[in-house]
Amino acid sequence: MSLYDFLSYVIMPALSIATLLVFYRFIIGPNVMDRVVALELLISIGIASITIFSIVSDNATFLDVAMILALIAFLGTVAYSYYIEKKEKNE
Amino acid sequence: MNDVLIMIFSGLGVLFILIASIGIVRMPDFFLRLSVTVKATTLGVGFILLSTVIYFGELSVTTKALAIVLFLLLTSPVGAQLIGRVSYFTGTKLWKNSVLDELKGKYNEKTHVLGSEDEENKN
Repeated sequence: MSLYDFLSYVIMPALSIATLLVFYRFIIGPNVMDRVVALELLISIGIASITIFSIVSDNATFLDVAMILALIAFLGTVAYSYYIEKKEKNE
Repeated sequence: MNDVLIMIFSGLGVLFILIASIGIVRMPDFFLRLSVTVKATTLGVGFILLSTVIYFGELSVTTKALAIVLFLLLTSPVGAQLIGRVSYFTGTKLWKNSVLDELKGKYNEKTHVLGSEDEENKN
């Protein structure tokens, strides 16, 4: 079993299953906090998928996209928590 | 040899990510979900980036992967702490079998300032 086969037929399907599970929690999450955490986890799995895809396609340029995503995930979480706390205080 | 190392590290990383995603579905409480996901995902993405570093073996790829791991290690605990703090203050319920809530009564409900009970009695 070559490296290409292993990455394409084991690693990528496992990442897809993980994405589906997290997306299930993203849809049914009882309140906003669960959805924020699920969104951060989705972006992290996206970083992992982009990295595996850069190995499969033998192209290291995709890692730039992964770096930008790693920054944006943090900004999203901080913004959500900040505004949820402000909303709670004002009411 | 390199191929075997890449397989081992990417397999470990995917295992951690799968554990995190099963945990976020199965755990009964928001705080348990938070504690499961953040650690496991950081470790998993770190292992997968390590496999990329082994595959390419260039300086530019290594610095990019190091930057991503550094961002994740710096930002994900901070984000988890922020979202956990806000969800505690906005009244997220704990799991019914939770044993201990050490933060109960130790904060001001209006101003969200933390402090021990003695300081509250002084005021």
